[in-house]
Amino acid sequence: MTDIAHTDHRNPGLTAPAYRPADAPRRRLLSGGNIVTLLVLALLISIPIYSKGFFVFQMTQMLVYAIAVLGLNLLTGINGQFSLGHSAFYAIGAYTCAILVELGGVNYMLTIPIAGIVAFGFGFLFAFPALRLEGLYLALATFALAVATPQLLKLHAIEQWTGGVQGIVMFQDTFDVPVPFGLDMDPGVWTFYLTLFVFAVVYVLAMALVKSRTGRAMMAIRDNPIAARSMGISLPYYKATAFGVSALVTGIAGALNAIVIKFVAPDSFTFFFAILILVGMVIGGVGWLQGCLIGGLAMLYLPNIAEIFDNVVLWFAGLFGFADLLPSGNALQQQFIRLSGVIYGVILVLFIYVAPSGAGGLIRAIVSRVKRLTS
Amino acid sequence: MSALLKVENLTASYGELQVLRDMSFEVEQGGVTTLLGANGAGKTTTLRAICGMVRRSGRIVLDGQDISRRATEDIVRLGVAHVPDGRGTFTTLTTEENLHLGAMARPNNKAEIEADIQKCFEFFPRLKERRNQQAGTLSGGEQQMLAIARALMLRPKLMLLDEPSFGLAPLITRQIFDILADLTKETGTSMLVVEQNASLALELADHAYLIETGSIVMSGSSAAVREDESVRASYLGY
Amino acid sequence: MELFLQQVVSGISTGAIYACMALAVVMIYQAIHHLNFAQGEMAMFSTYIAWQLMAWGLPWGLALPLAVILSFFGGFAIERIVFKPIQNAPVLSHIVIFIALFSIFNSLAGFIWDFTIKSVASPFGEGPFMGSTLLGKHQAGMIAVTLVMLAMLWAFFQFTRVGLAMRAAAANPESARLVGIRVETMTALGWGMASAIGAVAGILIAPVVFLEPNMMLSILLYGFAGAVLGGLTNPLGAVVGGFLVGIIENLAGTYLGDVGAELKLSIALALIIVVLVMKPEGLFGRKIVQRV
Repeated sequence: MTDIAHTDHRNPGLTAPAYRPADAPRRRLLSGGNIVTLLVLALLISIPIYSKGFFVFQMTQMLVYAIAVLGLNLLTGINGQFSLGHSAFYAIGAYTCAILVELGGVNYMLTIPIAGIVAFGFGFLFAFPALRLEGLYLALATFALAVATPQLLKLHAIEQWTGGVQGIVMFQDTFDVPVPFGLDMDPGVWTFYLTLFVFAVVYVLAMALVKSRTGRAMMAIRDNPIAARSMGISLPYYKATAFGVSALVTGIAGALNAIVIKFVAPDSFTFFFAILILVGMVIGGVGWLQGCLIGGLAMLYLPNIAEIFDNVVLWFAGLFGFADLLPSGNALQQQFIRLSGVIYGVILVLFIYVAPSGAGGLIRAIVSRVKRLTS
Repeated sequence: MSALLKVENLTASYGELQVLRDMSFEVEQGGVTTLLGANGAGKTTTLRAICGMVRRSGRIVLDGQDISRRATEDIVRLGVAHVPDGRGTFTTLTTEENLHLGAMARPNNKAEIEADIQKCFEFFPRLKERRNQQAGTLSGGEQQMLAIARALMLRPKLMLLDEPSFGLAPLITRQIFDILADLTKETGTSMLVVEQNASLALELADHAYLIETGSIVMSGSSAAVREDESVRASYLGY
Repeated sequence: MELFLQQVVSGISTGAIYACMALAVVMIYQAIHHLNFAQGEMAMFSTYIAWQLMAWGLPWGLALPLAVILSFFGGFAIERIVFKPIQNAPVLSHIVIFIALFSIFNSLAGFIWDFTIKSVASPFGEGPFMGSTLLGKHQAGMIAVTLVMLAMLWAFFQFTRVGLAMRAAAANPESARLVGIRVETMTALGWGMASAIGAVAGILIAPVVFLEPNMMLSILLYGFAGAVLGGLTNPLGAVVGGFLVGIIENLAGTYLGDVGAELKLSIALALIIVVLVMKPEGLFGRKIVQRV
């Protein structure tokens, strides 16, 4: 307990929601953290107003990823368990949604919570054998899960539901996500707001969970499992619950992903996608739930890092006039795209060296520096 | 007699927490010196600081060589054998392998090492019986013997012993201290012994230092320290 | 019964691949008590180096040892350069670095050598082994090489001073320092040896599965399964485990029909979970004592 309070002392302000013990005095309504939250929310709400089409789609995707990062962070950051296999729960959410909509005729919005519940079930069940596994072994078991998932999805026996290798195309008759309530809204904009709404709900609930008795028990297990047990906290119960909740949140993200892309297929849910979620969490900041938006951005842009790199190089080349020395634009970009895995890996290594606590850690360090200077 | 180990103004800390302050003491060539003190006074840390296992500052001179900036491995290679608290047994390896490891910092002369192992077995016949057994299965007393034997395998100039009596039955402790006394007589190895059992330690040592909260508060010959009123009251209990 | 025996033999033949990889997995586990998720990609990269050397005209007999030696130094260097700065970092940091290495090697191989499939000839020649329809010459050679490596490793750890020092450094780093062992060097040596064994594994596997940057992901999973099944603390156990995984896979393919054949990777998944839950130390491993 003292440890949790201690963290709070070091980082007043931003981390407070995640670590504030329940008996601490209530904060003012307009604290720094709340202002930032409101600003970010306003910024997100206004996205479709000042931009269109592809960017709105990208931001929708970013929010979906942010939910997945949030899910994994509940497991790793709050409860201290690992997973290299969250692509599996994402896939479960996506397939639940697609199958219910296409074969069951269920309203797609309704499938989102159902997908969460189904993923919770799978997560909880997977957690039970995995409970006995510490760090490394859990990483191994989930690694195996991630590698096996695409193959399981392609299984012939369930092809009539999953569509096998082909996957499932959604909303075939309407071509697009149906906009409900007779709203006169672009389907892309509607999915954005739907995703933002789900994100906000999940985020608020996750924060509430962390602050609750359950959340504190989970953090106690993370910090010192033996002490937690001696305090009467049931390790199996809370660890399995953490796994289940984490899978639930990730499953919701998967369902939203199916709706946004309007398509599910086995090869979207490979080990590489599991890694991508993990990377998003690390960059956002392990244990810092607010970082999920940064993690979502990282997941969105990192795979395309090569193009960004290419643009930066071209921009510099134009600025300093050495563009002539470079291979012609397209060839250069091809080179960078082929190296994208290297760039991606190097960025990861640098993150672990320079900012092991992710963007969250960096932000906290800057905030506390500024506070020290101003006070 | 000259000083084998000279420690001047030794300071050590774990992170923010300073554990040793400005300690100065000496270990004489061929002699046994003991550091006495209560739990948490900094005895173990002193030994760890000499071996470079904690961050330290100050001067530590072994046989004319400044070792205060050297890494643990290099200090060991200069002939300092540390018998750590908890004995540091390689539990998954056999007794004999543990002994071989003690000679790791010596040149690889198979015949000499083999001869030294035989000598250890003479000192500790129990270890000979258990030579092919996993060291983790040895009793506490046997593991302590193994730790001392492992240290001897280095043919050390200086042995650092951390609580040789820890967790042992009085009879076994007695036995261990008798062996240590024989050892220093026979081999002339200098020793720095940290011990909570003050009366045993004073019996073995020629010279004693008393540590309180990371500083030396008293020093003198064992006999003199034993006679001191406050030491008697707080550490010897009579 | 005959079918059963046939499947067992052909399982051993596939199992040779996994046994080889499992040996590399155990090696790194012994050195750092971690599973290197990039190990497959490192082995793949080593295989490309061997392929490249041969493409430049070197004979097998020269290209293989050279690639293995280069891999040894490569592994050593990776430990010294990449992992030294994060020695005391939490497990998650290490896992993230493994993943980063995975990505770097995978992409670099594609960049240098393309993602097109290359075929690699077997050093042991084509065709059946001593007229057997179940065991090819290459498979027999692979089994022999794996067993020779195993014997060499065993002798190295049992009878040499460096081998003993490496075991001590892995068992109790602090005590190892106190007897004068350079623990960091031993760890790097472990990395080097694991990379070298991985290189041998990759080079032996390439003729069976074709050389391409993604060739190792599923094989690594089988390697993990084999190592876990046999016991991460026991090289012999890991090799036996690798063969067992091959046999189980083949039997499932035969007796479970399509499902068994389709779910090969899931069999590895199930094996890993079952072993970790029922008998985490593996069939032949030492009980892992959890320090509190």
